[in-house]
Amino acid sequence: MTELHVPTMAEMQANGESPEILFWVGCAGSFDERAQRITRDICKILQHVGIKYAVLGTEESCTGDPAKRAGNEFLFQMQAMTNIQVLDAYQIKKIVTGCPHCFNTIKNEYPGLGGHYEVIHHSQLIQQLIDDGKLKAEGGESFKGKKITFHDPCYLGRGNGVYEAPRRALEVLDADLVEMKRCRAHGMCCGAGGAQMFKEPEPGRKDVNIERVEQALETSPNVIAAGCPYCMTMLTDGVKNLDKEGSVAVLDIAEITARANGL
Amino acid sequence: MIEQGIFLVIVIAAVVLFSINVKKIIRNINLGRPLDRSDRPGERWATMLKVAFGQTKMAARPVPFILHFFVYAGFIIINIEVLEIAIDGLFGTHRVFSFLGGFYSFLIGAFEWLAILVLIACVIFLIRRNVLKIRRFFGVEMTSWPRSDANYILITEILLMTAFLTMNAADYKLQLAGAGHYIKAGAFPISNLFSPLLPDSEQSLMLIERFCWWFHIIGIFAFLNYLPYSKHFHILLAFPNTYYSKLEPKGEFNNMPSVTNEVKAMLDPSFTPEVLEPGKFGAKDATDLSWKSLMEAYTCTECGRCTSECPANNTGKLLSPRKIMMDTRDRISEIGKNIDKHGKDYNDGRSLLDDYITQEEIWACTTCNACTQACPVNIDPLSIIMELRRYSVMEESKAPASLNNMFGNVENNGAPWKYSPADRFNWAEKTQ
Repeated sequence: MTELHVPTMAEMQANGESPEILFWVGCAGSFDERAQRITRDICKILQHVGIKYAVLGTEESCTGDPAKRAGNEFLFQMQAMTNIQVLDAYQIKKIVTGCPHCFNTIKNEYPGLGGHYEVIHHSQLIQQLIDDGKLKAEGGESFKGKKITFHDPCYLGRGNGVYEAPRRALEVLDADLVEMKRCRAHGMCCGAGGAQMFKEPEPGRKDVNIERVEQALETSPNVIAAGCPYCMTMLTDGVKNLDKEGSVAVLDIAEITARANGL
Repeated sequence: MIEQGIFLVIVIAAVVLFSINVKKIIRNINLGRPLDRSDRPGERWATMLKVAFGQTKMAARPVPFILHFFVYAGFIIINIEVLEIAIDGLFGTHRVFSFLGGFYSFLIGAFEWLAILVLIACVIFLIRRNVLKIRRFFGVEMTSWPRSDANYILITEILLMTAFLTMNAADYKLQLAGAGHYIKAGAFPISNLFSPLLPDSEQSLMLIERFCWWFHIIGIFAFLNYLPYSKHFHILLAFPNTYYSKLEPKGEFNNMPSVTNEVKAMLDPSFTPEVLEPGKFGAKDATDLSWKSLMEAYTCTECGRCTSECPANNTGKLLSPRKIMMDTRDRISEIGKNIDKHGKDYNDGRSLLDDYITQEEIWACTTCNACTQACPVNIDPLSIIMELRRYSVMEESKAPASLNNMFGNVENNGAPWKYSPADRFNWAEKTQ
C-alpha cells in the first residue's frame, strides 16, 4: 500500500496545475469518523487508478442540503452561492461526491443559481472505472460467495434514478448479491433524509433505521452495502441495536472496492 | 314524445349541474399560486399516455392493477354504449347503431364482457375493503366519509352494470319473441346466460327492459354529478394531472426566486433586486400552494399507496401523505365555500397548517420520495410538506430546536455539526 497523498485545489493551483476531477468530500465525509474512512478509501481508489484529482480541503463548505430540506431556503441559497463562487474561481468542470445529498444538490439545484458542473456519485465513478477496465476486484480481500445486500440511498436512487452503478460495483466481486423486498424505486429510506439526521425522530412505534435493518436482515446478509454517509450511520446504529454487529458488516461501496483491491 | 321530453330535461339538468360544480373546482384550483408547467409538451403528452392511459405505475401491485384495469377499460369503452343510449333517449329510437350489423354485435358482446368484468372487480374491491380490511384502506384519515365514499362508488358501479346486463337480457328475450320494435341486433354472450331467469310475458319483459334502461342512464347522470364531491373525480383529473407532472429529477426541489433575489442583494451590494410581488415564504394555507398542488388534491383517489410506502408512517409516526392530500382538498373546498357564501375577501381565521396539518406531521417527513414514486397518477405530497416547512421556518421560526442548532452550525461553521471549519481537512492526516 502506497502512502496516501490528498492534493488540494489551492496546492494544485500554486503548482499551475488543474485536476481532471474535483472530489467533493461533504460534511459527513470530512467530520464523521466512520465516514472519514470512506473518504480516504475514495481517495485511495482515485490514487490507485491514477486519476488527477483534488479536494477543496478547508475551502469546502456545506452544500446547504440539510438547510433546504428543513425549509431554510435562505441559508441554502447563501451556502450554494458561496460554494459556486469558490468552484467557479477554480474553474471546476467535473465533480465526484461521496454523498448522494451533495450529489443531488450540486447536480440539480446549483444550476438554477448559476453553478453548472458535471456531477457524479462515487459509485458511478467506480462503475466507469470497472467498465473501462481500469479497476478490477483483485489483489485484496475476496468477497466471493458472500451475501451482500445493497441499500439504495433515496437521493441516489429515487431522487436521481441511479440504481445500476452501485450494483455494478458489487457484481465484479463475484459475491452473492441479494435484494431486499423493498429495493430500487421502492427502496425504503434509512430515516436520515430531509434533515432527520439532525433531529430526534417524531414520536412513533419504531425508528425508521431499525425497520430498515430488519428488512435487510431478512436476506441474511454478510454485508449490508451503503452509498451514503447518513445511511451508513443509520444502518450501523440499527445493526448494533439489533445485536448483529458481530455477524453483519455495514460497508460503503467505496470501502468494499478498496478492500477487494487491497488498497 | 313524453319520454323524450323527460329524457331531455334530465340530460340538461345533469349537464348544467355538473358544469357548475366543475367550474367551482376549476376556480378553487386557480386560487393557487402560479407555477409554469407549459414547457416540454412532447414529454408531457408521453407521460400522460404512459401513466394515465397506460396505467404503468399501477402495475407495481398486480392484483389491484388487473382488477382496476377492467373497471378502467369498462369506463372508457362502455361510454360508446352510453352514446347510443343517449341518442335513443333523445330521438325515441331503439338501438340506433344496430345498422352496423356484425360490428354492432361485436361491440355489444364486448360491452357485456366488460360489464361482467367490472361487476366482478367491484365485488372483489368491496370484499377487499370491507371483509379482508386491507390495511392500506384504513388509517387516521380514513374516517367514515372516505370509507363510505369508496363503498358508494363500488355499489353504484355494481348496480349500473347489473341494470345494463338485465336490460340486455330482457331485450334479447324480446328479440327472440319478435316483440314490437325489438329488432334482432347485437350479441349477448353474458346476458343470454341468465335471460331464462326472467319472466316470459312480453309485457313484463318490456317493463323490465324499460326500467333498467332508465335506471342505467339516470344512474350514470347521477354518478356524473356525484364525481365532483367524491374521490372518484380522479377518473377525469388523472389525465391533466399527469400531463402537468413534475419532470425534473425527484431529488430536485425548486429554488425560490424571491429568496434568490434577497440572497443576491446580500452577497453583492451592487446587485439591484428585481421587484417581486411581496408574499409570504412557503405556505400557511391552501391558497399559498401552487395550482398544481391543488389540482393534485382534487385528483387524489385516496388509494393509500403513498402512505403504505412512507417510512415515517410505516414506523408509526403521525405523517400520512394521503392525509396531506385529503386535508388540502378539504381546506381548499372550505375556502371555496366561504367565497360562495361570504365573498372573495372573507377570512375564517383557519389555515391548512395547524388547523388541518400539524407541525408534528410535517417534521416527520424524510423527503425520501417514496410517496411520489408510489402514486399511480404522479401526485406530489412532498412539495406540499416542503412549502409548509418553509413557512414554518422562514415566517414563524418554528423549526424543532435541534434543527435551529443545525442551521446555526451551517451558517457559522459551514457544516451541520459543531466543528471548526479549520478542522475540515484533518481526515487526510489520519491513517485509519
